[in-house]
Amino acid sequence: MKTDFNPTTGGANMARRSFLRYAGASAAAVAVMSAASCTKNDPIIPGHKPDTGGSTDGKGITDIGSGDIGILNYAYALEQLEAAFYVQVVANPYSGISATETAYLTDIRGHEVIHRKFFKTALGDKAIMDLTPDFSKIDFSDRTSVLKAAKLFEDTGVKAYNGAGYLIESDEYLTLAGKIVSVEARHAALISNLLDNGTFVASDNVDANGLNESATIAQVLAAANGFLKTKVTAPSFQYNFK
Amino acid sequence: MNLFNILDEIETVDPEINERLSPRRDAIKNITSFGSKVAVAALPFALGTMFKKAYGQAASPAVIEVLNFALTLEFLEAEFYNTGKSSGVIPASDKPYLNVVARDENAHVKFLQDTIAALGGTAVSKPNIDLSGGNGSGNGPFKNAFNDYALFLTAAQVFEDTGVRAYKGQAPALKGNQVVLTAALSIHAVEARHASAIRKLRFDKGMTDNKPWIESTLDNGNDTKVSLANGNYAGEENITQGGVNLSGLASTRILTASFDEPLSKQAVLDLLVGSFIVA
Repeated sequence: MKTDFNPTTGGANMARRSFLRYAGASAAAVAVMSAASCTKNDPIIPGHKPDTGGSTDGKGITDIGSGDIGILNYAYALEQLEAAFYVQVVANPYSGISATETAYLTDIRGHEVIHRKFFKTALGDKAIMDLTPDFSKIDFSDRTSVLKAAKLFEDTGVKAYNGAGYLIESDEYLTLAGKIVSVEARHAALISNLLDNGTFVASDNVDANGLNESATIAQVLAAANGFLKTKVTAPSFQYNFK
Repeated sequence: MNLFNILDEIETVDPEINERLSPRRDAIKNITSFGSKVAVAALPFALGTMFKKAYGQAASPAVIEVLNFALTLEFLEAEFYNTGKSSGVIPASDKPYLNVVARDENAHVKFLQDTIAALGGTAVSKPNIDLSGGNGSGNGPFKNAFNDYALFLTAAQVFEDTGVRAYKGQAPALKGNQVVLTAALSIHAVEARHASAIRKLRFDKGMTDNKPWIESTLDNGNDTKVSLANGNYAGEENITQGGVNLSGLASTRILTASFDEPLSKQAVLDLLVGSFIVA
């Protein structure tokens, strides 16, 4: 793992250890805690198994694992996709891009890259592999094509975090997911506004009760895999890539 | 919240959910097939009742308390935008943009009231609100917000950013509760969409250089340059996430904007009670 942290923080390994300790468990204890916690959990989630980390089979299909580690890997997969997308957007600006749009998209790239680095560091050796994106359906020279893809990624990201929140067992991970999802929602609203100003809470994402839609892991990964050469699967969360 | 996704997902872990709910599930599907506004508005009630009956328990007092806290905040936000709409402070060109925000805040009030009732709790009533922030005097620092559009939008931005922080802070209290946590996260995301949109509106009007996200410095979480709101943004300057110090990975501006920080219930009440909510 790349140790690109400020040396004064003690390096990435130290950082990862403290992350897990902060969450109430060392890597080994995560499994014990999630197994022990099943009795006091929501009764609709029976028989939690110990967390497992990400793994990759011989065909290049990567499994996010189970438990909270699985959810963190799920988030890491989405952040990898988003980061790769905005890196390409900023490297190949669409024709007619304004200075303000360049500033916005460069900032968003910065946020997504930080999210990706954060998850990679936090997950350490439980992280899924680096995913290879497939953006062949996106015309990076065309403003509408780029912003529509950005809208799809941001809206899906928000729905994904909303839909997976209840599966998270640790207070700390749940709060972390909350810290990230509202930033994704800020991005989503901006991108909608850039496409058509005033559509930041349009009915494609927000229902009559004023609630943002949410989506299951199966729905989100099925959509995300359409933009990935490396396929992501989640058998512990009722999604098997076929 | 997508009701059918929730039902489908429960089905995968509770194969008998259909028997538990039937024929209520069919009834719910029929309700939405009408597509009537009345039926959609009735959904939270139907949903809460359904789960209570299916699992034979009402929500815990702690969950009701969180929902009532959220309801109090939504009362305040709804009152703010409703007053803005009727005051004439909003230029005609911006009315559609802000009307949808007002619509959402009023929908949140109704949704939370219905959900609390459906879960067997008692919804709090609307607090005594002073939109000037003057604790009932009408003479607080925001007393001109309804004839000064720039001040109105500044207050709107602070309310939205604070609302995001307040919902985020309550997530752990709803952990594992598929229906209520998912709903709360769904409102949380809508508040963040509003915050982004209000920030962009102010930027487009040249009222601020604020971005749609909160960009702090290491010693000040507040990027609004309105020192009165320092408390609303206190902690946004954090760059240590999950015990990992992110220093050096990007500029402080990017690091702080990448994560929105929670506020505790007490911190939120300390900001509001005695100013916007009359003590």
